[in-house]
Amino acid sequence: MTPIRISSSPLREGRWYEYVIRFALGGTATVFTGLVSSRYGASMGGLFLALPAIFCASATLIEKHEIRRKREAALAGESRGRYAAALDAAGAALGAAGLLAFAVVFWSVVEESVPVAFMAASLVWLVVSVSAWYVRRKWRSARLARNAGSGTSISRSL
Amino acid sequence: MTEYVVRFLVGGIVVSAFAILGDVLRPKSFAGLFGAAPSVALATLGIAVYRHGAGYAATQGFAMMAGAIALSVYSVVVCHLIVRARLRAALATLLSLVIWLIVAFALWGLAGGRV
Repeated sequence: MTPIRISSSPLREGRWYEYVIRFALGGTATVFTGLVSSRYGASMGGLFLALPAIFCASATLIEKHEIRRKREAALAGESRGRYAAALDAAGAALGAAGLLAFAVVFWSVVEESVPVAFMAASLVWLVVSVSAWYVRRKWRSARLARNAGSGTSISRSL
Repeated sequence: MTEYVVRFLVGGIVVSAFAILGDVLRPKSFAGLFGAAPSVALATLGIAVYRHGAGYAATQGFAMMAGAIALSVYSVVVCHLIVRARLRAALATLLSLVIWLIVAFALWGLAGGRV
């Protein structure tokens, strides 16, 4: 298994305005959800708790950073940037499974105990997301190994 | 007005914290998990419990399930648009918002959601 690691270089590469944009987007999304809830009710507002407004900014920034990094090395980075953004989207699809689990646990527990609901839902989000990522990684590795194996047998047969 | 200022600040802080976490974690597919972190949900549900009570927050949590399933479909569509249609991330993520809206409202309607 590839270890999960921390790299501080993206923080050094980030521009100050990118952090301001994300802060503003996060604040705006939260205000927007509040406005929808007060105008159309709690149920409609709840729908927008999973609006991918922040994801749009994140994926765009990831692509931009990757392109910038490659350009600094005098390389065209468009493909690499797109690939990085696609990987981020694949991760978000798995994270969405965790978000669903978060919603289920929060909805089931909040009327019993508010602190337990927040803690249990957050923990479940983390466990489900990381497990989904791990299972997908294992499955992909197994598939790649199988394909490599069949490739070998084909080349042998050729 | 004060409530919306508090919402803006709390939402901005929570979303920025998750975004920074996503920035520093590797590999990228793992960091992507944080693109679907419950950042806006934590900020909004916290304020909802404080202002309106647990029942109100539970209703929001129930509706959030439809949004989360829509987010999963949205992310897969974004991934395919970037890889197969070779769209830039900004365009792919914005175009796919239509898919999120369709799936989210369809599921919400099926679950008996009403304004």
